[in-house]
Amino acid sequence: MRNLSIGSLLIRPEAGAFLGMVFVFVFFAVFGGSTFTSFSGAASWLNVAANLGIIAIPIGFLMIAGELDLSIGAMVPAASMSMGIISGYYGLPILVGVGLTMLFAATFGWINGIIVVRTEVPSLIVTMGTLFSIAGLTLFLSIFLTDTTAVALNAPAWAKAVFGDFYFGSYQIIILWWLGMTAIYVYFLHFSPWGNWLYAMGGDKVSARNAGIPTNKLTIGMFMLSSLSAAFVGICQTILFNSAQVSSGMSFIFNTIISVVIGGVILTGGFGSVIGIFFGTITFAMVNQGIYFTDFDRNLSSLIVGIMLLIAVLMNNTFRQMALTHTSPKKKK
Amino acid sequence: MSKNIKSNRKPVLELRNVNKSFGPIDVLHDISLKVHKGEVLCLLGDNGAGKSTLIKTLCGVHKPTSGTILMDGEEVNFPNPRSAADKGISTVHQFGGTFPLMSIGRSFFVGVEPTKNFGPIKIFDRKKANEIAVKAVQDFGITRIDDGDRLIGGLSGGERQSLAIARAVHFGARVLILDEPTAALGVKQASHVLRIVNEAKKRGLAVIFITHQVMHAMAVGDHFAVLIRGGIAADFKKGERSREEITDLMAGGETMADLEAEIQASIDE
Ligand SMILES: Nc1ncnc2c1ncn2[C@@H]1O[C@H](COP(=O)(O)OP(=O)(O)OP(=O)(O)O)[C@@H](O)[C@H]1O
Ligand SMILES: [Mg+2]
Repeated sequence: MRNLSIGSLLIRPEAGAFLGMVFVFVFFAVFGGSTFTSFSGAASWLNVAANLGIIAIPIGFLMIAGELDLSIGAMVPAASMSMGIISGYYGLPILVGVGLTMLFAATFGWINGIIVVRTEVPSLIVTMGTLFSIAGLTLFLSIFLTDTTAVALNAPAWAKAVFGDFYFGSYQIIILWWLGMTAIYVYFLHFSPWGNWLYAMGGDKVSARNAGIPTNKLTIGMFMLSSLSAAFVGICQTILFNSAQVSSGMSFIFNTIISVVIGGVILTGGFGSVIGIFFGTITFAMVNQGIYFTDFDRNLSSLIVGIMLLIAVLMNNTFRQMALTHTSPKKKK
Repeated sequence: MSKNIKSNRKPVLELRNVNKSFGPIDVLHDISLKVHKGEVLCLLGDNGAGKSTLIKTLCGVHKPTSGTILMDGEEVNFPNPRSAADKGISTVHQFGGTFPLMSIGRSFFVGVEPTKNFGPIKIFDRKKANEIAVKAVQDFGITRIDDGDRLIGGLSGGERQSLAIARAVHFGARVLILDEPTAALGVKQASHVLRIVNEAKKRGLAVIFITHQVMHAMAVGDHFAVLIRGGIAADFKKGERSREEITDLMAGGETMADLEAEIQASIDE
């Protein structure tokens, strides 16, 4: 039986993220007027949140396990181009494009993971290397194969319906994918035994290994998951917008990390929750889009994100301290 | 009966001519050791003598470069820590062992999570984990811990160490290995750990106990092995050597008269 006292709610990793989300929502509901909270207004930030959130949760897993993956910044456009070239430029069936692209992504994720576990070089450095490698490879292959840096893709109706279409006017289908994946990830991290392994790894990798956890396999698996998630977003975007560009997905790197940190995950690993990341992503997306609904100068957007990040980190520290010293109230029986 | 170990009984764990090197660095030379049921083997030696390396080869963290490990007289191989744990060997390593930001219940069961199964879906059984963990810790005298949801980081060093040991005892069906469990502990907590060792011994476990404290070694040890620069320099039963001799051996064989006097002074206080 869960103890639902205020204290025990506040020590949960998502507590700060939830309060932050409510605050930001109220803030933009007041300053952004009714369009921000309207049905079509909400779509603008939910779309951003969904595209970001699908990648942010696997990045959060990596961060909980004490790793980081920057290469997703190149994986999104790489997958987008791969999809565009295979199914657009060469006109192969959509499923072939999706399958091959996911295969590439899994391979790159595996390479990230293998390098990290074999060399024990910090994953920040390893994935920075693969980030540039993948970006370079994408540009080179695009020019080499198609002579351009942008290709068109006209997906059949079923593929658009599944991967990239607008519903109710402006809601991207990827929102449903995001919600579904979030539910699966909640199970994985918080209810399945494997979630425990991830926390243990982030807390103390050597002790986790000594306790019999296959830390290497788990690490490689997490890198493959983040790569695949980035590729999935790339694929959906290509199908949605009917085209792919080599252009950058670098903003995904910072945006996912910010969402994860706002969501209450601790940079040093071992602490965090999926729901927290989910709230953190929505919060980030609201700030990112909300500024357009207000009369504020748009250039202030980054300033607000920056301040929020700092507040989030400070709040997380406070909540973690509370968590460490917390005991549930004595049961009266 | 546990006091008088018959030497012809099969040892629970035995090392025969075990060598271990890391690349060019030879750490263990020709180690042969036995530990029996209901017996405490104290592994002594200076810093860097190879004690931790020795017990790591016993619990699947390292593979011996050569030599054999036998369990109940039969040769065994531990490719990873899991396989040693499955055979009933559990270890509290010198460093780490608990996870500061995990709850007591979750930390206790890392790698061996109890689950409730709904068809193919496994759910971590938090309630059961908490109950067992709290009971195991309380059984060892830490009655202040009564909430399995508390985070490890909020416990004191001694409580954490006790939790790690309670965990090892809970899962260690046959062999309990403790690498300097008393190192960071206060006098009271250390004597607590010694009591835990004695309890485990009474339950019939074979215990391997590493310490730098002569007093602690003499308090629980039935059998002593001294490592000097990776080799067994001495192997004797309780009562066969004086405390002075043991202290000299622990310091790497050098005369320790001065230091001994100091230790004696602090013990007598
Ligand atoms: N993974 C490793 N690679 C290379 N050398 C190692 C490794 N592990 C241990 N050693 C070396 O083996 C020797 C013995 O180390 P070990 O940790 O077993 O000592 P110890 O007896 O436990 O010392 P202490 O009392 O300080 O804990 C040391 O010289 C150490 O540098
Ligand atoms: Mg040691």
